[in-house]
Amino acid sequence: MNSGVLELRNKLDSALQQAASVAELENLKVEYLGKKGSVTALLKEMGKLSPEEKKSFGSEVNALKDYAAQAIADKAELLQKLELQKELDAVEEFDISMPPVLDRGSYHPVTLVQRKCEEVFRTMGFTVEDYSEIVTDYECFESLNIPKFHPARDMQDTYYLDNGQLLKTQTSAAQNAIYKKYKDALINEGKPIKAVFPGRCFRNEATDACHENTFFQMEGVMVGKDISIANLIYSMKTMLSEVFENYGLKVRLRPGFFPFVEPGFELDISCQICGGEGCPSCKHSGWLELCPCGMIHPNVLREGGIDPDVYTGFAFGLGLTRLAMMKYGVKDIRDLNSGSLTAMSQFFDDK
Amino acid sequence: MYISMNWIRDYVDLSGLDLNKLIHQFSLSTAEVENEIFYKGSDLSGIVVARIVSVENHPESQKLHLLKVDIGEEELVDVVCGAPNVRVGMKTAFAKVGAQIGEITIAPRKLAGYTSCGMCCSEKELGISEDNSGIMDLDESLPLGKDLKEIFAIDDIIFEVDNKSLTNRPDLWGHYGIAREFAALAGRELKPLDTADLTCYKDLPALDIKIEDNDCLRYSGVQFDNVSVSVSPVNMRIRLYYCGMRAINFLADMTNYLMLEMGQPMHAFDSRRVEKIRIKKFQKPFTFATLDKVERNIDENTLMICNGDEPVAIAGIMGGLASEIVADTTAMTLESACFDPVSVRKSSARLAHRTDASQRYEKTLDPEMTVTAIARFVKLLTDIDSGAKVVSCLTDVYNRGYECKTLTIDKAYVDRYTGIGDAITNTHIENTLKALGFTVKADNGVFEVTVPSWRATKDVTLKADLIEEITRIYGYDNFLPQTAVSPLYPVRMSLEKSVEEQLKDILVKRFSLHEVHSYVWAYYDEYRKLGMEVEDNVKLLDATNPNLETLRRSIVPTQLCQLKGNTGYAPQFGMFEIGRVVDGLKPDGMCKEEKKLAITLFSKTETLEQLYFRLRDMLAVTVNEIKHQPLSFQKLEASHSYQHPKNLNGVYCDGIYLGEMGVVHPTVSKKLDKKAAIVYAELDVLALSQIENAGIHYQEASRYPGMEVDLTFLSDTFAPIRDAISSDLITNVKVADIYRGEEGKAITVRLTFSSMDRTLTREEVQAVTDDIIAKLAQQNIRLK
Repeated sequence: MNSGVLELRNKLDSALQQAASVAELENLKVEYLGKKGSVTALLKEMGKLSPEEKKSFGSEVNALKDYAAQAIADKAELLQKLELQKELDAVEEFDISMPPVLDRGSYHPVTLVQRKCEEVFRTMGFTVEDYSEIVTDYECFESLNIPKFHPARDMQDTYYLDNGQLLKTQTSAAQNAIYKKYKDALINEGKPIKAVFPGRCFRNEATDACHENTFFQMEGVMVGKDISIANLIYSMKTMLSEVFENYGLKVRLRPGFFPFVEPGFELDISCQICGGEGCPSCKHSGWLELCPCGMIHPNVLREGGIDPDVYTGFAFGLGLTRLAMMKYGVKDIRDLNSGSLTAMSQFFDDK
Repeated sequence: MYISMNWIRDYVDLSGLDLNKLIHQFSLSTAEVENEIFYKGSDLSGIVVARIVSVENHPESQKLHLLKVDIGEEELVDVVCGAPNVRVGMKTAFAKVGAQIGEITIAPRKLAGYTSCGMCCSEKELGISEDNSGIMDLDESLPLGKDLKEIFAIDDIIFEVDNKSLTNRPDLWGHYGIAREFAALAGRELKPLDTADLTCYKDLPALDIKIEDNDCLRYSGVQFDNVSVSVSPVNMRIRLYYCGMRAINFLADMTNYLMLEMGQPMHAFDSRRVEKIRIKKFQKPFTFATLDKVERNIDENTLMICNGDEPVAIAGIMGGLASEIVADTTAMTLESACFDPVSVRKSSARLAHRTDASQRYEKTLDPEMTVTAIARFVKLLTDIDSGAKVVSCLTDVYNRGYECKTLTIDKAYVDRYTGIGDAITNTHIENTLKALGFTVKADNGVFEVTVPSWRATKDVTLKADLIEEITRIYGYDNFLPQTAVSPLYPVRMSLEKSVEEQLKDILVKRFSLHEVHSYVWAYYDEYRKLGMEVEDNVKLLDATNPNLETLRRSIVPTQLCQLKGNTGYAPQFGMFEIGRVVDGLKPDGMCKEEKKLAITLFSKTETLEQLYFRLRDMLAVTVNEIKHQPLSFQKLEASHSYQHPKNLNGVYCDGIYLGEMGVVHPTVSKKLDKKAAIVYAELDVLALSQIENAGIHYQEASRYPGMEVDLTFLSDTFAPIRDAISSDLITNVKVADIYRGEEGKAITVRLTFSSMDRTLTREEVQAVTDDIIAKLAQQNIRLK
């Protein structure tokens, strides 16, 4: 081999040996293989050689050229790998066992239960109505077939206000207004009234773990031609199965007395804990008293501008606060109005 | 109220029926039965009649006696007994070896050195009364060794009916009414009450009774003499005891027994104290001692039973101490009356004294019952005490009663309500109503129904009331549920409702706030502790708790009170509530009720300014999300104790005032937390929901490159800069930096220039910026 070629090749080898970065290799590439590089410079010595020598020298230089390109590329690949490794080594393995920071907000548990119920009723064609918390005696009692001196007014200890109004003791207080709002569509267009109205209710009573003076209910009514007890049973069973997401849920009716319905019922559902077998939570009866309901009293319909000889309907009242307590195992009802974030921040979206 | 099945079976033959099933059916068809059913006597066996043959004193004990007892077997039995009333020859109840009393099995055992092979029992020990004064003293005629259960009605099934489920059923406050329900449920005959014929006394002198107040509907009475029985028969006492009543003496027990049987309260007076019975009220208040030895304040609204002008009983509630039956009473006058339910309820509430009698009168008792009850009383009394004599005629003053109602329904009306058509037949309708005591004239599916007096006082007045009777006896469990059929129509959510839900979602999901609930009234003590005033507003009438009397005008103070308990919850957090407030009265005198959204932010990690702007941006994002419109803010004058005088702003959208946001006044803020920054906002939900939704207006992106220019002005506020920027070419304005240096506050705005139809030239942009600079220069705001 030509001594110049050999010398250059040895020089390249040692330079490659020492090269520690991709940048240095770039320089070597220019130094050896560039237009003005040392390999190219070797070719300039060709002129001094014989034609035979030229031939073997030329192929030796070309071989060196190929060798240099390959060697630089190999070294570059090696260095790249090393650099990548270095970069990888520089990064620590993260401690995934660190607790996540959720920092999320929370809904009031009554909102969650209310939304669930509203959704069920909306999908079944009920409108969701809003109503004021301060109502008149007429709305809360008189229009609901509870005349003055009726014991039902004693049964619910009412917060009366100094202007003669009162804090509504029951969501039924909206019934009259709902009938008046939709009666024309019922009578003229044959649209049955199907509405639920959630809301805050008030009772003037001492509070303890089971009693609150401020709580939520949701009333529902359906009024149309020939709405029957059989319809009531079907609707309640279907809706409550959805609310409790329990499709084997059983319901039963017992007579119950409420002035605004006739016949009136207490509706029991099969105990959600034991499924009806009997357990301490249902006092071993297998049933849980859930909500009052009944066929709307003819006087109540009449007071709402609806002829009870033409139309019938049913009404029911669900205790949203009680449902929330049942669903989430809240033991002390007062927690719900306490504003305590330690308690309230536990209720996330629960669709 | 406790119900004895033995008593029920006096009036309905229930033989061959499963009583537990019937009671369950009663619970589903009539009134709620408490879960626990008591099987009286089931844990009692081996109690027989025994005679005490000899009594010896125990050598070492004062109390104990050594007896030999004959139980009708070959050998006498040795018994050690501590009862005070043992005597030779006495017949008593005896628990033999092997007998069962509750959980105890009687076995021979040593008592003070002697073996006792059995036990003489008191009524209390047997669980048939409260009497524990001594062992039972049985009638001489009873055969030795006879099982006590064959002599007395010890075996019984007792269940409790929830009184609350009987409020509308005056007829169910006695066993006879309950028996009528069982008869209807079982399809068996209801036997008539066994009563005396009172007409045979019609020639005896009448009592002097006058009703002088309309609150007395009817007053019936009769007088007896020569009552010699003083202790009620065992079976009567067992029933009273099983039904939760204490035996007192024969006459008192008789009135209680009648009340439990028929639901008619009765009262027995010493006849010497009631020669002239007057039922009336008094103009002036006075005190009156009742049977229970309590002095009670009687006012002008309390109806009294009087002897002439001297009160002897509180009508329908309780008798007086002075007219009580006493040891030397020979003649007694029996009252069986009917009083106005509202009057009794109010008096009873006023006196804070609710009795078995008042509880029944409140339910609107049937005035037709008073005379029947006397006839039943006379029958029982003379059966038990053959020497007792009726010495007056039945004296009955009937002031007023209830209308006798007749209702007509037809099968179609029933079908419309039930929705199960011919599952309920004409025969069922007729039979059910008849079984419940209604008179029915049926004619081809049309029923003319006369309501019995005991249901006509208030309970059954309408056709719909008959539906309840028919369906409950048919059984709601037997209904086939059926869906209602209704036309299809869209169900829209009200705007306010959907805005409310959106608000909750944005605040919880995007801003991690916590939703809370609170009360609608102001808490005086808590407000005061934080240095906040309770502002005058509508008040609760007769507020029992002076701490909560006034309705709140704003949720903000409520929320600050709630914040007080949460300052340790986290270094920074926010809470919100959508609730009601009352802003005084409207011109028509009704409360001006408003629905508000209140937000409070708390931070120990941000400056007050940072927190305030976080709240500002939170409101801007929230409203923009819902209405696609920007917010604007204006300074407000502070007028409430919690408001900061400087940093208080009105919040506007589309020119409409939505509410306010502000920094909490430092005096309040420091009481909550010395170091934390606290800000709040309160918006009107209705006002927000009524803002027009600006919608989404799509604009294509420009195909030409835009240009950004930064300008830095020396200005204390951004407002004049904002107002000076007006050009179609500017598509975005951002504050890039704020710097407070020697020259004052410097605000850098980054303007984005862009055009839909061309690439802007440097000159065009320059012209706009020059114009802005010039406008601001006029206001002495110069470029830095």
